[in-house]
Formats: sequence, structure tokens, C-alpha cells
Amino acid sequence: MLTIVTGNKAVAEAAKQAAPKVVAAYPITPQTEIVEQMANYVSDGELDCRYIPVESEHSAMAACIGASITGVRTFTATSSHGLLYMHEMTNWAAGARLPIVMANVNRALGPGWNIWAEHSDAFQERDTGWLQVYVATVQEAYDATLMAFRIAENEKVLLPVMVNLDGFTLSHTFQSLETVDLGDYIPPMKLPYAIDPEHPMSYGNMTGPDMHFRFRWEIERSMRDSRKVIEDAEAEFGKRFGRNYSWTEDYRCEDADVVVVAMGTLGKEAEVAVDLLRKEGIRAGSTRIRWLRPFPQLDFAGKEVVVIDRDYSFGFGGVIAKSIRANCGINVYSVIAGLGGQEVTYEDIAGFVRNRRIGEEFWFGVE
Amino acid sequence: MAEIPKEEYLFKCTTACAGCSSSLSLRYIMKAAGHDSVLVVPACCTAVLQGIYPKTAMNFPVYNVAFASAAAVASGMSAALRSSGKKTNVIVYAGDGGTVDIGIQALSGAFERGTDFLYICYDNEAYGNTGMQRSGSTPFGAITTTTPVGKGENKKDLAAIVAAHHPPYMATACAAFPQDLFKKVQKALTFRGPTFIHLLAPCPPGWRYPTEKTVEMGKLAVKTGVWVLWEREYGKVTISSPSKAAIAKPLPVENYLSVQGRFKGLTPEQMRKIQEEVDHHIRCIQKEVDGTC
Repeated sequence: MLTIVTGNKAVAEAAKQAAPKVVAAYPITPQTEIVEQMANYVSDGELDCRYIPVESEHSAMAACIGASITGVRTFTATSSHGLLYMHEMTNWAAGARLPIVMANVNRALGPGWNIWAEHSDAFQERDTGWLQVYVATVQEAYDATLMAFRIAENEKVLLPVMVNLDGFTLSHTFQSLETVDLGDYIPPMKLPYAIDPEHPMSYGNMTGPDMHFRFRWEIERSMRDSRKVIEDAEAEFGKRFGRNYSWTEDYRCEDADVVVVAMGTLGKEAEVAVDLLRKEGIRAGSTRIRWLRPFPQLDFAGKEVVVIDRDYSFGFGGVIAKSIRANCGINVYSVIAGLGGQEVTYEDIAGFVRNRRIGEEFWFGVE
Repeated sequence: MAEIPKEEYLFKCTTACAGCSSSLSLRYIMKAAGHDSVLVVPACCTAVLQGIYPKTAMNFPVYNVAFASAAAVASGMSAALRSSGKKTNVIVYAGDGGTVDIGIQALSGAFERGTDFLYICYDNEAYGNTGMQRSGSTPFGAITTTTPVGKGENKKDLAAIVAAHHPPYMATACAAFPQDLFKKVQKALTFRGPTFIHLLAPCPPGWRYPTEKTVEMGKLAVKTGVWVLWEREYGKVTISSPSKAAIAKPLPVENYLSVQGRFKGLTPEQMRKIQEEVDHHIRCIQKEVDGTC
């Protein structure tokens, strides 16, 4: 069915189709529309689910953890400070190997209060053991949310997945959405270690260094295994529903001399910049990175790279720029842009490419 | 006398301290709850006394969770179990720090939302697991490792906070009265919605008394009226048997305070202040029972 909806509504629609048994959530701008929609689905009887209106995000993730360990599908959504308030429990969810799916509407962190797009919120969760995908369109927000459940619950993964969409730029922007007839794309959830009084166990009791170390290795091993699971989930999605996704979305990269790398909506904006640059005779391309964790294998051999980070690690640099330097062994032009919802147009992006200084870092609009 | 089942859910050789009354209490709590139960445990002594993974001293599912999160985890667990048509008891077993301090927001939220679970706060009146630091539940005058000259403030009135959420059933209990505790756990689990038991759990290393005196310490708490055993069912308060005689003619609080090392610094004036507050507290409970407050 074709509709015109916001990014938030698209996420809620996908979450409804995935049929979670428990949704525990707390409102925060610009995510609130997602959980309002979930509450309405439950209230209208469209979704057979318990909606727990918790008193904080810490409790939202805690309640999802308590529900998930009984073996039922769970979903929540948050943003910014809400995500950071959850931080203890996001670690817990991954460590407890619970396939919780969460939408995070990317938003800047205070102070001062800023409700607009920035990736710093989710980037602060990058080492927790969550898989993280970043989307750029309403359609992709819907598709990625559906795929998230299938990936998280795969027996080789059993880790939580976070679907990230840019605050307002995508969460509140109307675009067309084609929903799918899900069929058996997401198999029933089977948690091999669900709580069962017939087989009593202590979960998460005191754990010595040997076992602790082993559990951490198992998270990493599952993270590695998740690469194939992600590829399979995306391939199957393409086969069934006709829309294809991969680690990155590459645009006119084949013969490019210079590639713009960005995430989320800026990654889409970069495609327009590429067209503009091509008209000027600059052979540009763009790569929109979709997965932050696990981080994709990238190859920019023979190309110059301009990285736009909508995030920053103070005292270190743009996280994606540094990641590409580390993973690909290349020098890049690192642009910090779009923090706190700063407007970055395709013309601005074209400017970054024209004026690139490989090896340097540039803070757009402030230096 | 209530028939207490012979089944053991808490095995011998836990890593609890000698004379630990919270593990003793848990033994009776699980006998009352039966095997179709899950215990949710935040950071507290109970998280430690299960033993080290992959071993456990507990013959029932225990879900250990982060300090502030027990009531919220239980909310999710209860909702999920009920949505699957299961009646499994969801019981939080949390210390006083995890209840009156760091966990109070989650506790309040879960009670306000009408979560179907039993929350038991075992109260040893300090952060026992980390070596006896002051908590909001530490009583006036008690020495802890962070109140070296005795706490200057009163114990937080947890019962009043929980009562303000109007749960269908709440009660106090004491480790020295296992029959009373057993019956209250059984009763609490017959209600739908949030129920609460506040359990006084004497702690030898924390309160500084010999390990063999644990039961005696609990009995003294009740006999002096420092701890009153009662039930509140749909708002109606009744005094439990062990406290009926005790509060009619309570022993002086000095009998309870003077045998604990944590109160050794009390001045006669402070002792009088505690006595006055205990007397006042007993009068308040009596008024609640009479329906005149």
C-alpha cells in the first residue's frame, strides 16, 4: 500500500507489523510521535501488545529487558538525552543478549537545549554491543525497522538493534511509503535462554574474569557473525519486496576521483552535490554509510575522500573520518557539519569537495 | 501455624555472611511463593550470595539487574508473562539502598502503573554489599562507614511513600518472624496489581552484634516497637500478632539500641529522642488501625 507519512509514522507502522508483545517507552522530542502511534495501535486493538508507559528512559530499556528475557518481542524508541539516560541499560541489553529493537531519532545533546538532528547521541552508544543502522528516507526507516527484528532475533546474532533516523529532517518529513505484506519475513522469536521456572537459572550473577572475558568475546563473535545475517536479511528483503540495501549506498562512485562520505539524510543530500559537481567536470561520487556497528568494510582505493561527520569526539576528531582512516589506512578531508541541526545544503557539500584539503579537519560555518 | 513446605529453593552454602537474616528470609519467601516464580534482584547482597557463575545457590529463576532498574525490569517481565497467559509470580527482592534511594523512581513508576508483582524490600538499613555505607533507610544515630559519628537524619518513611500509591496490599515483616513473613508473602501473591513487603533484616556485620544474635535482634526490634508488624489491605491497617502485645507495652528502645555496636555513640539525649519518635510512630499506627487518622 502506498501512503504519504513521516519518518516517525513509518517506523511505528513497521514496528506494528513486527507485532511486539511489549512496548515500553517514554516521550522525548522528536521521537514522541512513534510511541504515541504505538500506544494508539494498542488502544485501537490493532496491535495485541502491552504498552508500558514508563516513568523514564532508563526504565523503558529496563522494562524491555524484563520482557525480552521471557522470550517475547519488544520494541521502544527514544532520542538524545533519553538514549543517554538509558545508557546503563543499553549495555545491559546487549550483555544480556536480548534482541530488543529500538528506534532512535538522532538529536543533539544539551546544554543548551537543542532538539535538532545530530548523530552524537547514538555515537555515544557505539561500543555497547548494539547493532546500529542509519537511514535516509521514510521508506528506508520502515524497511530498516522490519529488517532490524529479523537480524536481532537471528540465533547467530541475538543482540539488540538500533534504527537511527535524523530528527525532524526525517522524523517529521512526509515522504511516500510503500508498505509490504510481511508474510513470514520475520520468523517467530525464539530465545534459547528465556526464563523458565521449570529450568531455573541465575542470570547475570557474580561472574569472574574468565567467564566475563568469554561473554565479551561472544558478543564480538556474534557481531562478526551478524555481517552475514545482515547481508542475508537485506538480500531476502530485496528478493521479496524489491528494495535493495547494502552496507553503504554508493552513488556514481565507479569512476569517481573524489567520494563524499556521510550518514543519514546528509548522505542523500550528497547525491545532489555529486550531480552538481559532475556538471562542473569534477568526477565526484558519494557513499552513504548505513551501518555504524558492525562497521562496514570500505574500499576507496584510488579515490580522494571527503568525510562529513554529524558528530564529534572531542579531543579526537570526527568519528567516521577517524574510522575510515583506521579501517582503510587512508587520509581524508574531515568536515564537521550539521551539528545541532545546522543547515547543510548540497551546495555546501559541493563546496567541501571543491575546497578539500586532504589530511585536514574543517568545522563548517564556525572556522 | 502455617504449613511451611519442605521444598528448599535456597540451597545450603550460599556466600552470605554468617547470621545473614535476608538469606534466611528469602528461604521462607520462596517456600511461600512456590516454584512458579521469578526473582528480580538489583545490585544488593542477594546478587552476591547466589555464588559465582556458572554456579548458583538458588533453585528458581533469578534475574539480576542494574541497581536502579528492578521495579522497571519486573514491569516488563510481568507484562510479558501476562501477555503470554502465564501466572508466574514476579517478585523483586531488593535492599534498602536499591529501594529507597537509587531505585525509588522505578518503584514509584511500577506502583503507579499497577504492575502485577510483589516488591520486597529487605532492609538492613545501609549499603551492606559495599561495606555498610549510609542509605536513606539508615536510622538516626547509626554509625556507618560514611556516618562515622552517627547519622544525623531520620530513616526515610518508605511505608508512607509506598502507601501513597495505594497498592491493594502492603505489609511489614521481620526476619525473626518467619511464620508471619511466610503468610504475608502468600497473601500478597493472591492480589492482582502491585503489592509490597517491607522486611527488617538485621545484619551482624553492619549492625555490629554477634552473628548468633540475629533472631534476637529482630525480636527486640519488634518488642521495643522500633519495628511494628502490620498489614494494609485496601487501605485498612491491622497489627500483626507478634506486634499486638509488643506495642501495648513496648520494651524501652535502649534494650534494642544498646546491644548494637552501630549505636554505641548515642548520647542519653539522642536515646530519648529515638524513644519519643518510636512512641509517636506507635501512636500513629494505632490511629491508622482505629481509623482516626
